[in-house]
Amino acid sequence: MIIAKKKPIEEIIGEVENYDRLLILGCNECVTVCEAGGKKEVEILASALRMNFMAKGKEKVIDEKTLERQCDHEYLEEIRANIDKYDAIVSLACGVGVQFAAEKYQTMPLIPGVNTVCLGANEDRGLWTERCQACGSCILARTGGICPVSRCAKRVMNGPCGGSTKGKCEISKDVDCAWQLIVDRLKALNKMDDYEIVAPIKDWSTDRAGGPRKVTREDVKI
Amino acid sequence: MSELYTQSRLEKVLKAGHLGVTSECGPPRGSDAEEVKKKGLLIKDYVDAVNVTDNQTAMTRMSSLAACIHLKLLGIEPVLQMVTRDRNRVALQSDILGAASFDIPNMLCLSGDHQSFGDCKSGQNVHDLDSMQLVQTVRYMRDEGKFLGGDAIKRPPRIFVGAAANPFADPFEIRVPRLAKKIACGAEFIQTQCIYNIDKFKEWMRQAVERGLHEKAFIMAGMTPMKSVGMAKYMKNRVPGMDVPDEIIARLAGVPKDKQAEEGINICVEHILELKEVKGVAGFHIMAIEWEEKVPEIIKRAGLYPRPQV
Amino acid sequence: MRLKIPANFRIVRLPCTGKVDIIHILRAFEKGVDGAFVVGCMEGDCHYNEGNFRARKRVEQAKVILDKVGVGGERVKMFNLSSGEGPLFAQYAIEMDNKIKELGPSPIRLAKQKKAKTAA
Repeated sequence: MIIAKKKPIEEIIGEVENYDRLLILGCNECVTVCEAGGKKEVEILASALRMNFMAKGKEKVIDEKTLERQCDHEYLEEIRANIDKYDAIVSLACGVGVQFAAEKYQTMPLIPGVNTVCLGANEDRGLWTERCQACGSCILARTGGICPVSRCAKRVMNGPCGGSTKGKCEISKDVDCAWQLIVDRLKALNKMDDYEIVAPIKDWSTDRAGGPRKVTREDVKI
Repeated sequence: MSELYTQSRLEKVLKAGHLGVTSECGPPRGSDAEEVKKKGLLIKDYVDAVNVTDNQTAMTRMSSLAACIHLKLLGIEPVLQMVTRDRNRVALQSDILGAASFDIPNMLCLSGDHQSFGDCKSGQNVHDLDSMQLVQTVRYMRDEGKFLGGDAIKRPPRIFVGAAANPFADPFEIRVPRLAKKIACGAEFIQTQCIYNIDKFKEWMRQAVERGLHEKAFIMAGMTPMKSVGMAKYMKNRVPGMDVPDEIIARLAGVPKDKQAEEGINICVEHILELKEVKGVAGFHIMAIEWEEKVPEIIKRAGLYPRPQV
Repeated sequence: MRLKIPANFRIVRLPCTGKVDIIHILRAFEKGVDGAFVVGCMEGDCHYNEGNFRARKRVEQAKVILDKVGVGGERVKMFNLSSGEGPLFAQYAIEMDNKIKELGPSPIRLAKQKKAKTAA
């Protein structure tokens, strides 16, 4: 899923200071699971903003709404009827949701309430970690199911580099060496022979480097 | 704009109030330096400085810095072009120091064509900095004598810093604001995209002058002679951000094939003569792509020869 | 055991402090309370194992938010005691009461009063 992190409340306060009628818009998908932008976070942010403005003697409308998804026309349409009641929307969705809402409501200022971090997993209670960078051409079949693109700081395709120490990355002892993990997995799979296969120079044209990406499916288009 | 910050002849010429003239050399697609030296010597006495392109259109070539050094050793003043596509801030700063160690006195900061246009379509791009941030970086290294990381530089680079501007790309309304931004970042000279649509360029220049930008940076008009009607059509249809009016194509198409190159030179010279009179134009950047031998003729016929001694 | 405790607070009963959410604390302040305290079982003695640990985390988060919005994080506090410690409960209530009196009314309550006055 997409992992996001709440923006510091003072940053959001700074962004919304000049608007009088705000809608705090949550998203029921990824950001709910990573506890950054779901219904609960909407409530907390709205309450905090209300108190902040009250304490400053300002009167503002701060409403709350959480959509099933913000990356879908269907759900974003749900706010159209009431959109004129607001001067700005604080969206707690990931960057996708914020942009999609902005595209849909051309004259409505959109303020992101979270920082979108990565594509990752819920590794433990309160711990979310990166697993994929959407490079557009998956090589996991050849790397023991562990991704060197997202998990190696140098994105080394034939690792590990000389900085791998006791299974940890040279950038930090808190970061696993992806290639150590790959080697461990290949051993467990009894596929160490695969390690000797030199990974070819990667085609990055399917990565963000190749420009904005899209998937078109004629077979499902109506 | 009269105090000199570098040893650049280009800076001296422009600051003395002369129309500056630059041209460009593309480094070879091989390791034989004779090619670039030959190109440089062809135009040496007709220009104030020679731009050396940095893997233009993302085609892999000899490094711009190495080619600059070859020219510098022949007494030709180079303008080191640097794109942010291929190097991060470590490599960029390092190459700036490398250039400064050979006293290469000019730099043009660019973002570079996307790699999908070149011969490494499947390559990564870096874009750690963008062109404006690169301008800021060089100015910071020169003026503050520091690396981006904050440490002092022993013998900071003394480089006259330029940027490119495209008066024709979309949306038109931000073309002048964008120029203003580059100048605010510290660009001291500007070389524009090839100009064929004279009216549109004049309108852009008028807006730039209105904002006083011509007093903050030297704006050099970019000129590229057309070799043929085929090239004109290609530029019009295939090169992003290029504005080639139909009159130009019609005029080239109106002469026999063997006279088209000559007509292309005529158009170029006429344009320079016309733009010399436009307020805010501080000089010309003549990019005769793989046609360097024609540069002296253009410069002579445009009344830009001999070059002032400064 | 009749113990004297301040009469200016209301007790909200919950099955476990693990039920306390940040928003409950924030809402109380939004409505104009000057202070709030959460009283849970002794750490390690939670019937649901970690309810009071969760509560402590949430109280800490509420503190941070209250600080940032200008209400003051010191107006909320978590205490732990066992069900048999009535006198300690009274002591904590008095302690909190004194602390809040020292801090004075919450800016939210003042803003609400001011608004009510101008309306009247």
